[in-house]
Amino acid sequence: MGEMIFSVLSRRIAGFVGNMVSQISAINKKYATPHVKTTPAVRVALVFLRFYLLALVGILVYKFITLVH
Amino acid sequence: MNFWARLFYNWRRVWKALKLYGIIAGPGIIVMVADNDAGGITTYAATGAKFGYSLLWFLILLGPIAFFIQEMTVRLGAVTKRGHAESIFHGFGPFWGWFSLVDLILVDWLTLITEFIGMTAAMSIFHVPPLVTVLFVILIMGMMIVRGNYWTWEKIALFFCAVNLVYIPCAFIVRPSISNILSNGLIPHIPAGGFTNSFFFFLMANIGTTIAPWMVFFQQSAVVDKGIQEKDIFWGRIDTFIGSMFTVIVAAFCIIVTGTLLRGVDIRDAAEAAVQLMGINKYLGTLLAIGLFDAGLLGAICISLASSWAFGEVFGWAHSLNSKIREAQWFYAFYFFALVSAGAVVLIPGAPLVLITLFVQVIAVTLLPASLVFLILMLNNKESMGKYKNNVFQNIANVTIAAVIIVLSTMYAISTLFPGILR
Repeated sequence: MGEMIFSVLSRRIAGFVGNMVSQISAINKKYATPHVKTTPAVRVALVFLRFYLLALVGILVYKFITLVH
Repeated sequence: MNFWARLFYNWRRVWKALKLYGIIAGPGIIVMVADNDAGGITTYAATGAKFGYSLLWFLILLGPIAFFIQEMTVRLGAVTKRGHAESIFHGFGPFWGWFSLVDLILVDWLTLITEFIGMTAAMSIFHVPPLVTVLFVILIMGMMIVRGNYWTWEKIALFFCAVNLVYIPCAFIVRPSISNILSNGLIPHIPAGGFTNSFFFFLMANIGTTIAPWMVFFQQSAVVDKGIQEKDIFWGRIDTFIGSMFTVIVAAFCIIVTGTLLRGVDIRDAAEAAVQLMGINKYLGTLLAIGLFDAGLLGAICISLASSWAFGEVFGWAHSLNSKIREAQWFYAFYFFALVSAGAVVLIPGAPLVLITLFVQVIAVTLLPASLVFLILMLNNKESMGKYKNNVFQNIANVTIAAVIIVLSTMYAISTLFPGILR
């Protein structure tokens, strides 16, 4: 009985995850081309912003791990 | 036209304008008043206790700053008919879209937890168990949306906004010295002690609580869900301006209350301030506790919707408050899931609530630069904005505001994560 419930649940979860993955792919495809035209200077600034934010996220994760430990 | 006819005609015009404003009003007032959420009230209470009236001038400056930023969301939402999350995807592609969406969901969920912390702390003053508070809040928030009508939700939210003005009578009860407020509070200066680390921390905390990233997402989505058109942008601006005035008024009166009676007392949160004030004046403490609960409730109402709208926009679900539950199942499911899970965290014994409160402010800093930068870039896109794009003055103001906020918030985040590093 437990095995049956587990099997049904895991199939449902797998189905849900698969559905989400396909939805995410569809969203990525839909928005693949940015519509706001940006100058080269703005594009460079956005690259820096990307690195800055990823660095900030990295510091956050590091701090969170050290605090939890 | 004789005098009486002209008077009647002018009265009719004013009355029609007021009625039109009454129809459009809502998103701006709600987002600005909800900005004074549980975390905000805690910040203002602590600021008043620490510095008295010395930072009133700074709060007043933050009002126009919040207006400039939020006003952009009115134009963007009314013209593009897209929420902010969808706008970022559409304008800048999937990387920035997912970064903003995931960040927003995380920040909003953690902020929702802090709202529940504030609400349970406020109600515990009246000996209401946290479980009862959480269930009561979920019930109220569920009832607000279950009718499937944006207007119903908005009118109830505006009622809670009116309750948020409870700090005004509180300030009159404490009978502050007006001359002291005028001389110490309204003239820009650095308080005695100089520009210390603590002073900088409080400045940043006040900026962080007044300009929160969820506000940008919420107001733009609310403008779209309400159906505000380009011709309504003028009234949307008025709505946002009035809201920004309310946010400053509530913040200022809260500071006046604690600045008068709790000056020099170390306050860690608004609930502690309410308990201290209860010892001085029962009604004052009660009103402050009611205000804190209402602030948390308003914050929870807006933040949970901001996430649900953003998710719905991006995933293409039906995501309007005008849709019944069976028409927008995922939208409402997400709304209730965020609400219930955030409330449940507060009820877990030993949950790291202090850690969550600390991190939410810092995580918000990761979302703020992206949302501000993209807001300004989209408002400069002539192709989509047409005549509603930013003019030169708006660009100078908004770019300056965004740059200063990004730099200062980064310093705040670093100093929060690594105390003493910026000494």
